[in-house]
Order: sequence, then structure tokens, then C-alpha cells
Amino acid sequence: MSGLTRRTAAELAAAIKQGEVSAVEVTRAHLDRIAEVDGTAEAGVHAFLHVDADGALAAAAVVDQKRAAGEELGPLAGVPLALKDVITTADMPTTAGSKILEGWRPPYDATIAQRMREAGIVILGKTNLDEFAMGSSTENSAFGPTRNPWDLTRIPGGSGGGSAAALAAYEAPLAIGTDTGGSIRQPAAVTGTVGVKPTYGGVSRYGLIACASSLDQAGPCARTVLDAALLHTVIAGHDPLDSTSIAQPVPDVVAAARRGAEGDLTGLRVGVVKELGGEGYQAGVEARFNDTVALLSKLGAEVVEVSCPHFTYGLAAYYLILPSEVSSNLARFDAMRYGLRVGDDGTRSAEEVMSLTRGRGFGAEAKRRIMLGTYALSSGYYDAYYGQAQKVRTLIARDFEAAFAQVDVLVSPTTPTTAFPIGEKVDDPLAMYMNDLCTIPSNLAGNASASFPAGLADEDGLPVGLHVMAPVMADDRLYLVGAAVESAYAAQWGGTLLEQAPALEGIGQ
Amino acid sequence: MPSISREEVAHLAHLARLDLAPDELDHLAGQLDQILGAVAQVTEVAADDIPPTSHALPLTNVFREDEQRACLPAESVLAAAPAAEDGRFRVPQILGDEQ
Repeated sequence: MSGLTRRTAAELAAAIKQGEVSAVEVTRAHLDRIAEVDGTAEAGVHAFLHVDADGALAAAAVVDQKRAAGEELGPLAGVPLALKDVITTADMPTTAGSKILEGWRPPYDATIAQRMREAGIVILGKTNLDEFAMGSSTENSAFGPTRNPWDLTRIPGGSGGGSAAALAAYEAPLAIGTDTGGSIRQPAAVTGTVGVKPTYGGVSRYGLIACASSLDQAGPCARTVLDAALLHTVIAGHDPLDSTSIAQPVPDVVAAARRGAEGDLTGLRVGVVKELGGEGYQAGVEARFNDTVALLSKLGAEVVEVSCPHFTYGLAAYYLILPSEVSSNLARFDAMRYGLRVGDDGTRSAEEVMSLTRGRGFGAEAKRRIMLGTYALSSGYYDAYYGQAQKVRTLIARDFEAAFAQVDVLVSPTTPTTAFPIGEKVDDPLAMYMNDLCTIPSNLAGNASASFPAGLADEDGLPVGLHVMAPVMADDRLYLVGAAVESAYAAQWGGTLLEQAPALEGIGQ
Repeated sequence: MPSISREEVAHLAHLARLDLAPDELDHLAGQLDQILGAVAQVTEVAADDIPPTSHALPLTNVFREDEQRACLPAESVLAAAPAAEDGRFRVPQILGDEQ
């Protein structure tokens, strides 16, 4: 493995700016690493569904030309990135992990893709995900699972398992994820990487293929807190093309990350959520979480226990609200305007073709959620299910409000367990849904949350995540806490958690 | 509360325009029943006087100026269609013979 792939995004950008290395060399090193470890659906990490080597090298060459011409380069110019394949790109296929969109080439770039290109970020390719971002293991991809670089027999989390695995396998220093119920944070936790779900409305959803529109949020994924903050700054901010985008200045997350790295949290009030722990949580996860809470105290934070009584109902409310929105959003895949069409033989009606196509094109989890949503929204059940879930959503938002009146941030484990074996929960939806127990409340309330590496569980040696929750538009607090924990642990471990992961040399060849 | 029959599952599949195989219907009936049983937990919460939340942001009526803007070129949109003809999407028959 080239030394270039071990460096952080901030270091790579600085080296490119100083002329120590060219953007093309950096991109080539990452393309080589992808060729070395990524493999296929059958073997290797399989983080990528599509690698655009020519496009990436051309984008890198433009950065090098700008530098040669004396132009000022942005703070991430020339740095490669892995893009979750649910974000539209005009120059690459966009599948959302579904057969129904296999080979689809969108006619436009998502706003965040456009912003990253303008910042000189080099998009290496598109990463694997659970179909339409629905799942916690990446096993629901129509194109085969992604494998966790810590243990190739285990899941990398989901739905953004491809983006998280690409980071953990050193295939890219930056990635984009999307988070509807934990799809950025849970993969970050189980791969020992950093994942941030910004405040809902903080990052444009224009060009993000919708799963559940009131919950979906794109965000930065990286190996370090500063790198995530730099990427956050590139993609965040108001977008007139997204009517749910917040027209306010982006919190200064880079300054927060730098301040946090100094390791002083004096005056910060931290609340441990009482309801997010105990039964059902793996011992090694609780142990690393408790260590990290003790570390926060040591760094000067004032830690108290906080109760959010309605969080217990979050999972149930989420699995009514989300499928309801999914059943409506996925109605657009009707075999008429894009994607797959099955059975159009001149004898079948449009409705029959639609039904056949959706039956063949969607995988098991997409079908389950469409059916659940159709049920929850049907007359006779609407008030008892969807209506009641929306009220519980209000109560969860009120729990957050009350908690943030007492403390600056809330903490919990990111996920109740470490990465589980591939295949273990794939046909047990309720067991799979439990992965998102801690992450779902923030999607329902729309506040900012993130996962940071918190060490390895004793029983299996796999990564554990610290989940930090901050109020709406206080995303900077996540970075403050994350960077403080990161620098304290780096001193203790002698480097990042990921440096303890297997090297994976040549596994994809 | 839920006990969902195979017939109800078939009806839902029709409403959702999903052509499901017989074994899929059987498998889904069991799973939907199990999931709905679990999510019925929301009904335990006393929330009669609580307003519903449909969206995390308190935004209403986000308008833009009513002015002409460029749209996507028809060719690039039709290029991704399953079938196109004469600059339009070609679709299977929508109306039956008698309609």
C-alpha cells in the first residue's frame, strides 16, 4: 500500500498545495489501492459499485493545472472521495443499490456532487448500499454485500456500508453517506470511522434519491474528525433547489474540530441518555462507551444522566413513518420514465407492466417496506398507526428539547452491538431494525448527530462507536466533542483506531 | 391488533403495484404481522392532546420567484427512459379497448 493512501484528507490537500505530490499521483495511489483490495461481489471488500478511473484522473489533472497556473486551491482540492450510489452524478451510473435502476445515468448532478467538484474534490466512484438506503448491513444491495475490512465475514453496517468500508480499507480518505435512521453513523461505528449526520436541512437533498424525505440527510464520512469537518463545510449550506434547506450560515465545524483537538472540554455539559443502554446492549459496547464517558469527564466535561422517556418508542414510530414515506417515494419507479421495464410485449397494459417491473426490480426489504407503508396509510389504520407515530415524533422532539435545556450534548453508544456476521439477520427484519435504536431519535427530531471511534469490544476485537447528539444547527458541538475524544484516544492508542485494522494486502486480486 | 391474512397481503400488493410470487406472499404475510405487532407499541403512548409532527423543520410555503428558468434538455431525460419515441416517453397501453 502506498503511503499516500494512509494520509488524512487535510494532509493530502496540504501536500498537493505545496507541490510535494500531484493530485494525479494521489488519485492513482487510491485507484491502485481499490484494484488491490476492492475485488468483486464474491470476494474482497466490494465497497464500490462503479469506479471511474478516467474521470477521477481527469478531475485530478484539472487541480494540478490550476495549481500550476497559480490559482488558489480550496482546502480539499485534489483529495479523492467515495460517493454513496444514491447521489446523482451525470457522468456515472446511479443505481441506489437496486436492480430497478441498474445502469441508470441521471441527467443531472446532485447539488452536493456539484459543490464537491467545484471544490476540486476528486470523485473516485460510487459506493455500495442497501437498496434505496434501506438496511443496516449493505446485504440488501442488489449487487452483493460489502465486507467489513476488520473482518471480511462480517457486515460493514448499512445502508452506507460501501462508503464506510472504503474509508476503513484506505480506498478513499473521504466519503459521502446519507442517513435516514442511522445509515451514516452505524456504518461508521462498526468500521471504526467517523460519520456525521448534519442537522436536517443543513445539507441539500437535491439529487439525493429519496428514501423517506422527512428523515433523509446526506453528510460527511472520514477517518478523522477534522477531515469530516472540512467535507461538511464543502457540502453544507442553503440550496434554493431544496425547499427544506435551511437558509442560515453553516456552523463553523472546522474551528470546532481544531478547538476540540486541544483536548479541553471544560464547561461542556454532557448528558448520558438513560434509555439507550442496558438490556440488549453487548457488554463490550457498554464497556467502551463507559470508558469514553469517563474520558469526557477527565477532559473537563460535566457529565450527568438524562432521561428521554419517549426514545423507547422511537423504533416503533420510525418503522411506521419511514415505510409510509417509502411507499409514496418509491411509487415513482413505475417503469415509464427511467430504469427497468419488464413485460412490455404489446399485450400488457401500463399497469401490468408497472406491477411486473416493480415485482422483479425491487428486493425483499424494499417490498417489505412498501407493503408496510401501504398498510399504515390505508384507511381504517391511518389514525392508529401513522397518525399516532407522528404524535410520538412530537414527544421525541420534546424529549430532546427538555434534555438540551439541561446539557449541551447527549451521548450513547452508536449501535447496540459490534459488526455481526454476514447472513445472520438478513431475513429477520426486527432483529435488523434494532441496529438503529440509538440513531433513530435524531432523524425523527432532525437534530445533528455523529459517531466517533471509541475503541474495540473485548469479546470480539471489533470497533465500537460513541454517538454524540447536538441540537438543531449546533453541528459544531459534535466536532468539538469528537475531536477531543479522538486526540485523547490517539495519545492512549499511539494512533487512530483504524491503524489496528488488518492490512488486507492483495485480497481483491 | 394485527393479524394479517394472505388475502390482505395480496390486496396490499395490488394497491402498491407489486407483482408478488405466491411464496413471497406467504413469507411477507408472516413478517408483516410480526413487524406490525412490534410497531403497535406506539399505541401505548398517551398522546391524544399531542399535535402530530410530519416534518422536522417548521417551514411552510417555501416559494421562489415566478420566473423562467432553464430545464433539463429533453434528449438527456429521454436517453434514460426504457423506451422513447418522437421526443416522448413511449408507454404500454393505458386504456383498455372499451374505454
